[in-house]
Amino acid sequence: MKKDPSIATDTELLPSAVPAWRDPAKRAIVFQVAALLLVAAVSYYLYSNTQSNLERQSIATGFGFLDMEAGFEIGESVVEYSAADSYADALLVGALNTIKVSFIGVILTIILGTVVGVARLSSNWLISKLAAGYIEVMQNIPVLLQLFFWYAIFYESFPSPRQALNPFEGVFLCNRGLIFGVPESHAVHGTMAWAFVAALAIGWLLNRWGRRRQAETGQIFPAVRVTLALGIVLPLLAWVFAGSPTAMDIPELRGFNFTGGVTVSPEFSALLLGLVFYTAAFVAEIVRAGIQSVSRGQVEAAMAVGLRPGQVLHLVILPQALRVIIPPLTSQMLNLTKNSSLAIAIGYADFVAVTNTTINQTGQAIEGVALIMLIYLSFSLSTSLFMNWYNKKMALVER
Amino acid sequence: MSAPNTPPSREYLKPPVTEVGVLGWLRTNLFNTWYNSLLTVSVMLILLQVVPPFFSWAFIDSVWNTPSEACRDIDGACWSVIPQNISFILFGFFPDGEQWRPGSAMLLLLGLVFYSKNSKHWKKSLGVYWLIGLVVMGTLMYGGVFGMQVVETAQWSGLPLTFMLSFFGMVAAYPLGVVLALGRQSRMPAIKTLCVVYIEMIRGVPLISLLFMSSIMFPLFLPEGVTIDKVLRAQVAIILFTAAYIAEVVRGGLQAMPRGQFEAADSLGLNYNQTMRLIILPQALKIVIPPSLGILLSAFKDTSLVVIIALYDVLKTTKVTLSNPKWTAYSTEAYIFLAVLYFICCYAMSSYSRKLEKTLHTGR
Amino acid sequence: MRLSRLTVLVIILSLLAAGVAFAGKDLDAVKKKGFIQAGVNGGVFGFGMPDSKGVWKGLDVDTARAFAAAIFGDASKVKFTPLTAQQRFTALQSGEIDVLTRNATRTLSRETQLGLNFVTVNYYDGQGFMIAKKLGVKSAKDLDGATVCVLPGTTTEQNAADYFRSNNMKWNPVVIESTSELAKTFFAGRCDVLTSDASQLAGTRAVAPNPNDYAIMPEIISKEPLAPAVRHGDDQFRDIVDFAVLAMINAEEMGITSKNVDAKLKSKDPMVQRFLGVIEGNGKSLGLDEKWAYNIIKQVGNYGEIFERNVGVNTTLGIERGLNALWTNGGLMYSPPFK
Repeated sequence: MKKDPSIATDTELLPSAVPAWRDPAKRAIVFQVAALLLVAAVSYYLYSNTQSNLERQSIATGFGFLDMEAGFEIGESVVEYSAADSYADALLVGALNTIKVSFIGVILTIILGTVVGVARLSSNWLISKLAAGYIEVMQNIPVLLQLFFWYAIFYESFPSPRQALNPFEGVFLCNRGLIFGVPESHAVHGTMAWAFVAALAIGWLLNRWGRRRQAETGQIFPAVRVTLALGIVLPLLAWVFAGSPTAMDIPELRGFNFTGGVTVSPEFSALLLGLVFYTAAFVAEIVRAGIQSVSRGQVEAAMAVGLRPGQVLHLVILPQALRVIIPPLTSQMLNLTKNSSLAIAIGYADFVAVTNTTINQTGQAIEGVALIMLIYLSFSLSTSLFMNWYNKKMALVER
Repeated sequence: MSAPNTPPSREYLKPPVTEVGVLGWLRTNLFNTWYNSLLTVSVMLILLQVVPPFFSWAFIDSVWNTPSEACRDIDGACWSVIPQNISFILFGFFPDGEQWRPGSAMLLLLGLVFYSKNSKHWKKSLGVYWLIGLVVMGTLMYGGVFGMQVVETAQWSGLPLTFMLSFFGMVAAYPLGVVLALGRQSRMPAIKTLCVVYIEMIRGVPLISLLFMSSIMFPLFLPEGVTIDKVLRAQVAIILFTAAYIAEVVRGGLQAMPRGQFEAADSLGLNYNQTMRLIILPQALKIVIPPSLGILLSAFKDTSLVVIIALYDVLKTTKVTLSNPKWTAYSTEAYIFLAVLYFICCYAMSSYSRKLEKTLHTGR
Repeated sequence: MRLSRLTVLVIILSLLAAGVAFAGKDLDAVKKKGFIQAGVNGGVFGFGMPDSKGVWKGLDVDTARAFAAAIFGDASKVKFTPLTAQQRFTALQSGEIDVLTRNATRTLSRETQLGLNFVTVNYYDGQGFMIAKKLGVKSAKDLDGATVCVLPGTTTEQNAADYFRSNNMKWNPVVIESTSELAKTFFAGRCDVLTSDASQLAGTRAVAPNPNDYAIMPEIISKEPLAPAVRHGDDQFRDIVDFAVLAMINAEEMGITSKNVDAKLKSKDPMVQRFLGVIEGNGKSLGLDEKWAYNIIKQVGNYGEIFERNVGVNTTLGIERGLNALWTNGGLMYSPPFK
């Protein structure tokens, strides 16, 4: 900027007076347009290459294959499925299996992670060191290796179906998994589910009312305990009114395998255990950091104003600790969901495994990989949206 | 309370035996409350059930270096699967008799890593040492000079491949990650959108989908007759994946920069490039060294996924060894060996990262 | 500073360039680069797998070596790319490999839709079942309700589904990517039945903790002609690959082995002379050296030799010749005349 300062007037400093290449605003526009053009050019180049390659190799494109018959069986499924169904059905089965293992995995991980995290802070030397050892070992071994390990343990240490362990009436444990009896399906089960939902709704209303009353009169209403009681009593009442049906669907060894009851397969269990044990080590560290982030003074202050230990935990420690815990916890839960894609290595029919077979049979790799990415992106995005909402709520409560 | 002549005698009053020494330690650390005592006892009982059988399986009834036939009749572990196949597990297809080359390249890498651990050595010269070291390692691996036989990159496998994929994954991803992080903080909407979409998309999908992309989709993107080596494609996938995570770590560092730093740079008349290069990035990147090591750690663990696209990293060479009928039955032993190998590398990295975090923290 | 940046850039670019390859017409490209790139399995004992020193071994591997011997007169001028089941066709289509010898079944849709040319079959296989004897099942028709171990994403999985559907039986698949893991799982009793190509069943049974506890059932439920494949577009290259396989079969028919091939050079039989290139012509027609067939037999061996060496009765796999015997011995191996 070699200009005579004496003639620097306001008009001189207007954007029009600056050469276009020095104007940050204009430069930004040029820069952005160039970047977009570059991205577009590269995409077009790849697209045209792909088009010509697909044509030359006469690979079909589009998602028409979804309607074709899949022709392969899937080991376990939440919904009815057979080889005569379409690829779309097969992929749905895979997606539901992914959701199943991730959902149960997330819940168990939070529980185990919290336990280990608290154990790490325990005053008991043995417990604390064991927790520390657990965290170090689990964090530092690739999860894929752990999955191989768990699976080997499952099928090698349990007996065959004919020698199945039978610890309780109607429960069998063998290398085909854990098989247990469930109540035979009855019309009242639906009513019981509705009764439970109704209990939750009443509990929610009670909680609101209790808070308002507490704000006005200072009296505390035990909403949580009442809701829990309702949640047990209402479905039980429905069951008694329906004549308390007790028929059970007990698994039975017929031919090669058990029929009836519910089977938890070794593949599912190995994947679940591997993911839970691995991720819980990270969650434990997060929980520990969260608890340690609440200063001792906060607890002492809460006790000084006369709160009971339960209230100290509920009203003082948790809201502050959760604010530290939730964001990293979210990313760990997403990691667990993404790592469930390793199912393919131990034969659990998750979405990636089913898509992999589909790619193999149809040769349509692009569509297959795109589907995998799409489904995981939608898992991730919906989880982050939920967690963002939750975060905001926590932040509001805190301030 | 007491007579004035008591103080000297107090020095002779020892604390009760239950408060000091082994007993005191036990009391304060294991049996301080009734439920802690209960926990201690039950954990001990479980450990007694688990540890001795494992110990005798692993160390007493085991064999260490025998042909596979000798393993059939023993109750313990057959560790022989490791020494009998060690050269293939560690170095894969590297030609027999030339394996001192990847071996010494690994040692050189180890030496460099140890040298770099000391933050006193973080100077320009360190970069030069690394550059020289990498060239020497490359020469050792590739050969072609000093009478060393040429070994194609396709034959680099086993542990060197694992290290290569994670190390270059990190090194090449770092600049890309920094650019992405700056882009995400940028005030230009188009750039910001591009970076956000890229980062969130990559972070939203599992690495395995990118590896699938590199192995079965990417060949379709190239013009006819042009192919890119399989290992390189996987390497690119790992780089693209790691960059998104680095971008988020670096963004954390950028956000931790006080506003005053930017304003001070502005008031000195520095432009954007100068501000970033001279003021912001040197400080921000220093803050993010420990979390970056965390990413290197997960990149290292994640390279094991290339086994799914048939690259011969150390997990794949182990699995191939186990497909040999002679050794199929001893996968537990082989997996334990690998777990220990990975654990040593990862534990070294993570404990170093923690130590660094402490020293850097006190430095500020 | 500037120089070092430039150096770094050059290093990066040259690293990238090292991994990028440009190919022309297949045969010319192969000749120009001086070696042939073959896609192999990498995990199936006896067909394509590295040994404990990292040296590739197997029937498919030796077949690929025969191509190198034919083209370059040197069986070692071949490089192997291990491929998974779903990478194999993409790798061939994109030109990453020149020839696929990875126990791939020749089918109509693969030939047409994937743009591949399969050549002469180097192993006739079929899918079967293996079961623990203690279950007391004699026929595959009695497998209703069984849990079946199967490799995913192959024709095997579909064949099994078809078989159980057509016989109106229920089954429960357990799918695992790797052959060794699958075998391990089966022996541990996770599944009642293991289904795979008969050759692999034999191999798996051979390595069982106690092979006599397991039986392979009589039913063969599919036809699996395993053949090398090249991509559409270079007929000369296809011919070479095809006749390299046939040359090994023809040599066995004529009784020429790697041991006696030098002596056979002096044979008076014009058929042998034509085959080994003593009477010239065959090599020129294929665009190869006249000694091409001699080189294959001398360096790799005839079909019988590579069969016995890799999968035959004296190996761990212990497979009988069966369908893979010469037509004169009741098998399917038959070579057209070499003239």
